[in-house]
Amino acid sequence: MNRTVTAVVATGLMLCTAGAAQAQTTTLAQVKNRGQLNCGVSPGLAGFGVPDAQGKWTGLDVDLCRAIAAAIFNDPSKVKYVPLSSKDRFTALQAGEVDLLSRTSTWTMSRDTALGLSFSTVNYYDGQAFMVRKKLGVDSALKLGGASICTQQGTTTELNLADFFRINNIKYEVVAFNTGDETIKAYEAGRCDAFSDDSSALYAQRLKFEAPDEHIVLPEIISKEPLGPVVRSSDTQWFNLVKWSHFAMLNAEELGITKANADEQVKSTNPEVRRLLGVEGKFGEAIGLSADWAYRIVKQVGNYGESFEANVGSGSILKIARGKNALWTKGGLQYAPPVR
Amino acid sequence: MTDATTENAAFFVRRETLPQEAAPLSVAGPLAWVRANLFSGPVNTILTLVCAYIVVTSLPEIIRFYFLDAVWTGSNRDACLAEKVGRPVGACWAYVADRFQYFVYGSYPVTQRWRVNIVFAMFALGVVWLLWNNAPLKKLGAFFFFVLLPISAYILLLGGPGAQNLLRYLIIATVALAGVYMVLSFAPSLLGFYTGAAQLAVEHELPPWKRFYRPKRLILMALVAFGLIAILDQSIGLPRVDTGLWGGMTVTFLIAAVGIVFSLPLGVVLALGRRSRLPIIQLLSVIFIEFVRGVPLITVLFMANTMLPLFVPQEWSPDRLLRPLVGVALFAAAYMAEVIRGGLQAIPKGQYEGAMSLGLGYWNMMRLIILPQALRIVIPGIVNTFIGLFKDTTLVTIVGIFDFLRTIEATLVDPTWATPTTRATGYAFAAIFYFLCCWGMSRYSISVERRLAAGQRR
Repeated sequence: MNRTVTAVVATGLMLCTAGAAQAQTTTLAQVKNRGQLNCGVSPGLAGFGVPDAQGKWTGLDVDLCRAIAAAIFNDPSKVKYVPLSSKDRFTALQAGEVDLLSRTSTWTMSRDTALGLSFSTVNYYDGQAFMVRKKLGVDSALKLGGASICTQQGTTTELNLADFFRINNIKYEVVAFNTGDETIKAYEAGRCDAFSDDSSALYAQRLKFEAPDEHIVLPEIISKEPLGPVVRSSDTQWFNLVKWSHFAMLNAEELGITKANADEQVKSTNPEVRRLLGVEGKFGEAIGLSADWAYRIVKQVGNYGESFEANVGSGSILKIARGKNALWTKGGLQYAPPVR
Repeated sequence: MTDATTENAAFFVRRETLPQEAAPLSVAGPLAWVRANLFSGPVNTILTLVCAYIVVTSLPEIIRFYFLDAVWTGSNRDACLAEKVGRPVGACWAYVADRFQYFVYGSYPVTQRWRVNIVFAMFALGVVWLLWNNAPLKKLGAFFFFVLLPISAYILLLGGPGAQNLLRYLIIATVALAGVYMVLSFAPSLLGFYTGAAQLAVEHELPPWKRFYRPKRLILMALVAFGLIAILDQSIGLPRVDTGLWGGMTVTFLIAAVGIVFSLPLGVVLALGRRSRLPIIQLLSVIFIEFVRGVPLITVLFMANTMLPLFVPQEWSPDRLLRPLVGVALFAAAYMAEVIRGGLQAIPKGQYEGAMSLGLGYWNMMRLIILPQALRIVIPGIVNTFIGLFKDTTLVTIVGIFDFLRTIEATLVDPTWATPTTRATGYAFAAIFYFLCCWGMSRYSISVERRLAAGQRR
């Protein structure tokens, strides 16, 4: 009996130490060893992560996974996409089932500090907005006095509405529904004057209307929803790699390096371009990659602007304007530290 | 007076039979049928009228939406937008046609989809072989369906070095087994030390090539199957396709098939265990059944896909698709056990005593006397569990597996086909698929019931 107990305990200890030994190797080493990147994506969100007719994943968030795979393997297809619902996304990351979460997760203090996870950067600045009928003649959310607003129950959306209207001292009436679909149907049926949701979602929902052109999205953004990739806090090198993969795409856009002209830009005399593309210096080494890591990202996935336009912007059906997601040089918030 | 009356009395004697008349309208013919079946009383009359009203008001609308106004061809949402087409638009079947491949294969790589097709074809062959009453060589069919098909499907669908190694070992093992039987065919007396003399005598009378006919047939079939897969592997190659890429109907059928194939035998064992007189076996069976029945399937799935990875090191945690497969199979087995236990309880004690008085041991008694009767009684319950299991497979969506319904939902958010009618079309397509599968199962079970109940008809 005693011997059995000892054996069980010993096996348990061995398992634990095996687990601990596993955790000590870096995420990058694990990814290289495995031969593919495990990327947690949304189970289906227009423009951010959605399977196409062939079942290939596309979207702005998916492009970040592809960029990281391009930087590590020189092959953007070496990604295993793990679709995660909002319930199990953080547990999956904590348990090491995915290497990063690129899944429209809002960066909040509690998530960043209490879960053992870190938000590395913001690849999309979203925010809550309003959609109204054109014939209502409203061009600003501040003119929504006395309006009834359709929204989803129990979400931050409802709380944000309360905050916004209280601050601006406007009367309003909330009509809340259980699911997003019910909400949208109710708004379309004329149950309320306005509909409120994250602005990127509003554009996707509008396409499902009988007459999309009769509805407009008001310019006010009433909440901050910075969406970005998340990694485990324990591995700083990996955190930096994910962060700088996004920065590389931003810097490439700022410097005018595109998928098409990346090969010519290698010959450029601009020192900033030369540093980014790895012609001068060996900046990739600190994150465990070769010097031309950023060149591989731009060459195979493109810069941030290209990715944005193709997935959610003018090249897509969603046609979302750059807005806050424009580069800082063009009045937006996307700002990347320099490579030097 | 009397004369007159006798003379005038119209005695009538019919000399030929009258031509047969049709039954009056009130008891036969369509009018009578309508009266008997639709308007036989005030309650039925009201019900009929209400139903007729519902049909008359909704049916034309349904036909108009799903057929007359439907769009059948097109390559993106423009084809299904009323303002672009210039007429009212109903169901957008063009969307289903465009995404059909995705609904069937999920994200399985396009160049590798032939592998899924082969598995589908094998599956269809096995199903027809087993379910068609007069099909020849039923035992061979069972071997094909329950042994060869799962192994082949595993190798074909997953591929990669692991599957290739397995294939290699299997071929070596099969060839070795074939060699053993080849030797035995020529020298059956070698078998003498463990086979009964009677069996040996029979084999001795046959010419060598006819000896051990049955096992040789199985080995030959296994060799052909593995050989063909090996040829495919050598010529075209079977690179590994991660289970994360599997999806659509493939996954739905896979989960349902694994659940059905494993739950029935496991359920039988659990049911026997629960009625066993051995206390430990009985206790374990009761604990398993009551525990599994006491939690919702969603909980099992969440435990498997969200909690399990927290407990075991990453390298040890089983595949994301395997976990719900096991969960669904165990879950269905617990329900199946209770269904079968119902059948066991319906068998009168005399049957057990009769079997025992024939000198049958426990397993032979169960196999030859009790289970055949018990299972026949509970066919409706078994099929009920199967149908429930088939529909429950949709729950795996919540742990991030792209089954058929999830692939439809995933395409609904895709702006390429975002139109007002896409949602109605997608769900209608799902409803048709699930209805056909479940209806087929229930019709087949009815025919089996009729056939097996032939002895009880008077």
